[in-house]
Amino acid sequence: MLVDVHAHFYYARTPRADWRERNESRLTAGDKIGITAHVASILGTFGLTSPTYFPSPRDVTAGNDALLALQRAHADRIRGYVCVNPNYTDHARAEIVRCLDAGMIGIKLAASRRADDPLIDPIAGLARERRVPVLQHIWQHRRRDWPGQEASDATELCTLARRHPEVVFILAHIGGGGDWLHSLHAVADVPNVYVDLSGSGVDGGMLEACIASAGVNRLLWGSDITMDSGWAKLRYLETLLSTDEIALVRWKNAARIFPPGAFPSD
Amino acid sequence: MRIDCNAFLGAYPWRKVPGTSPDTLLQALERTKIDVAWVTHLPSLFWRDPTEGNAWLYETARKQKRFRPVPTVHPGLAQWEHALSDAANAGAPAVRCDPLYLGLEPAGGAMRVLAAACGAARIPLLLAVRLEDGRQRHPNDQVAELPAAAVRALIRSDADVRLLVTHADRAFVEEVHFGSTPEEARRIWWDISWIWGPPEDHLATLLDTIGSERFVFGTGQPLRLPETSVAKLDLLEIERESREAIESKNLQGLLA
Repeated sequence: MLVDVHAHFYYARTPRADWRERNESRLTAGDKIGITAHVASILGTFGLTSPTYFPSPRDVTAGNDALLALQRAHADRIRGYVCVNPNYTDHARAEIVRCLDAGMIGIKLAASRRADDPLIDPIAGLARERRVPVLQHIWQHRRRDWPGQEASDATELCTLARRHPEVVFILAHIGGGGDWLHSLHAVADVPNVYVDLSGSGVDGGMLEACIASAGVNRLLWGSDITMDSGWAKLRYLETLLSTDEIALVRWKNAARIFPPGAFPSD
Repeated sequence: MRIDCNAFLGAYPWRKVPGTSPDTLLQALERTKIDVAWVTHLPSLFWRDPTEGNAWLYETARKQKRFRPVPTVHPGLAQWEHALSDAANAGAPAVRCDPLYLGLEPAGGAMRVLAAACGAARIPLLLAVRLEDGRQRHPNDQVAELPAAAVRALIRSDADVRLLVTHADRAFVEEVHFGSTPEEARRIWWDISWIWGPPEDHLATLLDTIGSERFVFGTGQPLRLPETSVAKLDLLEIERESREAIESKNLQGLLA
């Protein structure tokens, strides 16, 4: 078993003319890598009619609908995070209920509102009620605001996680840009924050630091938009960890935090 | 045969990096089935006189046949030509100069003179676009990335110079390749270390649009996991001959 906890798919209402090819490429590469389940999100229209990280409610719904369709079309290997924009509280809560009822297994928060903002609390409350994890997009050590997103960093996610100790939060793409060491220091003593290993970053020493900080029980394998780097990290981890430990990172930790039965043989 | 044209030995000043000694690099080569690594002395890239690391590099490469030394040349220092002569005498497959780390204009007079000297000596000149992702660098690590315009300018500056550019992404490669004449583009080789695989498929796209003959296997290890470049090739739908060319044979063209 191998669960990719950080995947994305595209659809017709995005700026990507090659959306079919990208989706097919992910599934083909996933077969080569041995991915059992792609746990994916679609961020609105990825900029077509509202910004990727500030999607309008209409685009949020369209993206979630597209992901539900993909999940139905590939029931054996695609699972969904319901993506929401927390600035629209009522819509966000309704969308979470709708999509979880339809079979999605987690919540995706991108960068529409800082993670420690009180507006995230109602979403965390729903995550607790429905017992699903929250994948939070993270800029590893945000030293300033970046255009196009209200990115959060690990310290802000940990503030939220401490307010909601019964909810599992996934710190997104530790290799996705920024100072990962800053994030790893922040999550070390926050047991309900898990580290998603995805991202294009493949720095020597990063995986050793992840193990030292979070421990193998809080590491989740993922790819995001570079599956080659994901596979590389998995191959390297196999040289660092025992068979039992690598199984935790490959799927057992994921099976523990997502709803029971989320994956084919958990 | 798999040759890594982009490897380093020695400590990095901006963060802790494991596996920087010759012994641990050898272990990584074993782990990833890399037969030969072209190695540069990493600490001296940041010294005022980076050529002071070359003696150690030559000595280390002499002791280990799987290492080929890629010494650094600083064309802003007096008598820099000696470093180029030393490289030729030592059988170095290339020399490197990362101008922005040395405080040089990336396509300024000193770099153009170096390009001409490398062309005359028939030694390829290696340049890195970057060593780390710009979003994660140490706050005091302010050196700019090598601009694509500099590569275009250098390849135009001398008819004989051959460039090996590492750590370039798809946009950089495309800008330089299609911003050069076919003759100029044939004198540039690109390592695959920073080019994305699926699902974006940047590497597959470049192999289709530019041709596999321009690409060589490189990793950037130990700053980066060497497994990444191997995984990229494993994920490609590619003929065995093309893969072998990327992994080793294209470098023969660079060295011809």
